Amino acid sequence: MWNWEFAAEALPILLRGFVNTLIATVVGTIIAAILGLILAIAIRGLPRWINWVVRLFVAFVRNTPLVVQLVFVYTAFSEIPGLVDIPALVVGSGVIGVHYATYMSESYRAGIDAVPPGQREAAIALSLPPVRTFTAVILPQALRATIPSLGNYAVAMFKDTPFLFALSVVELVTSAQQFGASKFAYTEAFTLAGLIFLAASYPTSLLIQRLERRLATY
Amino acid sequence: MTDKLSALQGFLPQVWEGIQVTLILTLAGAAGALVIAIVLGLAMTSSHAWLRIPARIIVEFFRGTSLLVQLFWLVFVLPLFGLQLDPMACGIGALALNYGAYSAEVVRSSIATVPKGQWEAAIALSLSPARRMLRVIFPQAWALMIPSLATLFIQLLKGTAVVSFITLSDLTDKIGQLRMATNDTFFAYSVGLLIYFVIAWLIQEFMNLLERRAVKRLGRRRPGSRNDRRRARRDARVGSTEVTGPRTAAGQSTGNVGYGQPL
Repeated sequence: MWNWEFAAEALPILLRGFVNTLIATVVGTIIAAILGLILAIAIRGLPRWINWVVRLFVAFVRNTPLVVQLVFVYTAFSEIPGLVDIPALVVGSGVIGVHYATYMSESYRAGIDAVPPGQREAAIALSLPPVRTFTAVILPQALRATIPSLGNYAVAMFKDTPFLFALSVVELVTSAQQFGASKFAYTEAFTLAGLIFLAASYPTSLLIQRLERRLATY
Repeated sequence: MTDKLSALQGFLPQVWEGIQVTLILTLAGAAGALVIAIVLGLAMTSSHAWLRIPARIIVEFFRGTSLLVQLFWLVFVLPLFGLQLDPMACGIGALALNYGAYSAEVVRSSIATVPKGQWEAAIALSLSPARRMLRVIFPQAWALMIPSLATLFIQLLKGTAVVSFITLSDLTDKIGQLRMATNDTFFAYSVGLLIYFVIAWLIQEFMNLLERRAVKRLGRRRPGSRNDRRRARRDARVGSTEVTGPRTAAGQSTGNVGYGQPL
């Protein structure tokens, strides 16, 4: 059933795959955090028709499977003539980032809405220019409420990186699958892969819970 | 464009087969997830530690390991223990376990949000524990949990796409075949994503209907419901300053905790 030799052999291979998992998570989180904020601002402050287009885009990306989006974008990119081959990991991280940006934009929006209106009024009364009102008064307060949920989405993104299997990126699960197939040691490979996920995601979500309590204003 | 559409028309029966597989996975997965969620969710609210702690461990385990790991585990590892399931059963099982664990947390927190007075009143009326849960606590918690469950239901629909990795020919797989047939990536995937989008929209509408019914059964009104908005518009036209609907410091909101909130 369980062979410790296989397990010891699998571990370094899995950890090498885990590096790609981490790269995808970090790149995805950075893209999602920045693009999410841009989307949230676009939904609030732009002319009506842009607002409508952005909303439709957000709804569409949120409600369709990440796996299909990954394969779609990767194949579409590979078909553009004259384009140098972009590594699957780069395309994949980008798509995951955009997917989660649509989720994070909702968190940002909720955070911005939760800032008491008096803050904006006070900034106007002090005749701060609109950009400064947003960056120096509204945003810092909104971020306080938003950061824990951004963290939760980062953990969710981490658990979605195995979908990069569809692009044959050798991340944690793909490397487990390959190792399992070569040695016929699926039990050790997949169990270890699951444990690595658990070991990384559970402490992180506990940390986020603590952060949430520390940042809570009430 | 017309030749693409005629190619799609010829492909339609196959796409429909794929949609059926996706729908079976979604509905069976959701049914399984709901059962798991209610059992584990109730166990987690139990006052007995021997029920609460194992349930918490199971939930954290299935939430913490990825869906794909669970799916591959069912497909590749279970046969080594002498249990060979067909791919469909593996798909449904993995979806039910993974999303069941997420939903169990929703069930637990919704039950915990029901005001304490409701528990006390049910005890004061000497309702049996089963009746207290079935007739008093759960109906109120149910109305609270539907919006979050709706989000998870759509997540589950999106999760079904991974079964194409285990040789099941679902909608995602058929889209790939449609791409081969038409040789047009953009067309094939746009059609496929649109179908997923429509299914997700139908699920959302269905869950909204369930929520309206659940809230109505409690004799409450859904905050910001269509009738509320209509009345607000009428009042605005008449120029009345009367505030409609309950308001709290945070704006218009009632006991509908978690509505539209990210999980």
